[in-house]
Amino acid sequence: MIELTSDPGWELLEEHPLETEFDIVKARQSVRQFAKDAGMGIVDQTRITTAVSELLRNMYMYAGGGIIRIQKGLFDHHQSLIITCLDEGPGIDNVELAMQDGYTSGQGMGYGLPGAKRLVDDFELQSQPGKGTTVRVVKWK
Amino acid sequence: MLVNERKIPIIKIRDFLIVSIQVDMHDRLALQLQTQILEEIARTHARGVLIDISTLEMVDSFIGRVLSGMASMASIMDAAVVIVGMQPAVAITLVELGLEMPGVETALNMELGMEMLEKRVNT
Repeated sequence: MIELTSDPGWELLEEHPLETEFDIVKARQSVRQFAKDAGMGIVDQTRITTAVSELLRNMYMYAGGGIIRIQKGLFDHHQSLIITCLDEGPGIDNVELAMQDGYTSGQGMGYGLPGAKRLVDDFELQSQPGKGTTVRVVKWK
Repeated sequence: MLVNERKIPIIKIRDFLIVSIQVDMHDRLALQLQTQILEEIARTHARGVLIDISTLEMVDSFIGRVLSGMASMASIMDAAVVIVGMQPAVAITLVELGLEMPGVETALNMELGMEMLEKRVNT
C-alpha cells in the first residue's frame, strides 16, 4: 500500500478494512459521528461524509476493497478530521484524467474523485499502476 | 445488519405510491428499491410516486443516479416521480459535488409533493 506523508501528532480514531457494501455504510456513519464530535456543522458533516462515500465506493468498485483510516489533528494550522483510503487495486493509469469532471472508466458517473475534492479542504491522491491507490481527504473543523 | 437487509416499504394511496426512505442505503439496497418501485407501478397501475428522503443524511453520486434513473424509468411507464424533503445540507452537498439530477422533480414536503403529483396526473 502507498503511505502518504503524515504527521506523527495525528491521533488515530479508527482504522478498519473495507470489504463489503455494509462496510461502506458503517464507515460513512462513523465518519459522520467523528465529524459531529469534532464540532463540525451539519453542512460540513454532510460534505465530508459524502466525499468519503465517493472514495469508498471507488475503492470497492475498482480495487475490491481496502482500508479506511480516520485520524484527527492539526493540518495546515487547523484542527481537522483526516480520512485516508488505501487500496492495493490496479491503480489509476491517468490521474489527471480521473480528476476531470464527468470522466469515468467504469460504471460510475464520473463525479467521484473531482466531486469529493470539491467537498473537502485538502485532497491528496497517489496511485501507482499495479501497486494501488491512496487518497486522503481533510476537513477543517 | 438486519435493518440494512430489510426491504423498504412502499405504500399505495389512491393513484400514488409513497416511499419513505428511513435507512442509510447501501448501493444494492438502492438498486433493489428502484426495481421494487417499478414493479409496484406495473402491479398497481399507480400514476405517481412520492419519495420522501427527509431522513436521508447524505446523497452521493450513486444514490443521486439511482434516484434520477428511477424518475426516467417511471416516466417511461407513465408515472410521475416527485422527491420530497431533501435536507438543506444534502442539497448544498449535491450541488457542490456537481451532480445534476435531470428529470427529477422535487418538492419541499409531502403535502406539496402530493399537490404536484395530483396536478401532473390530472392534466
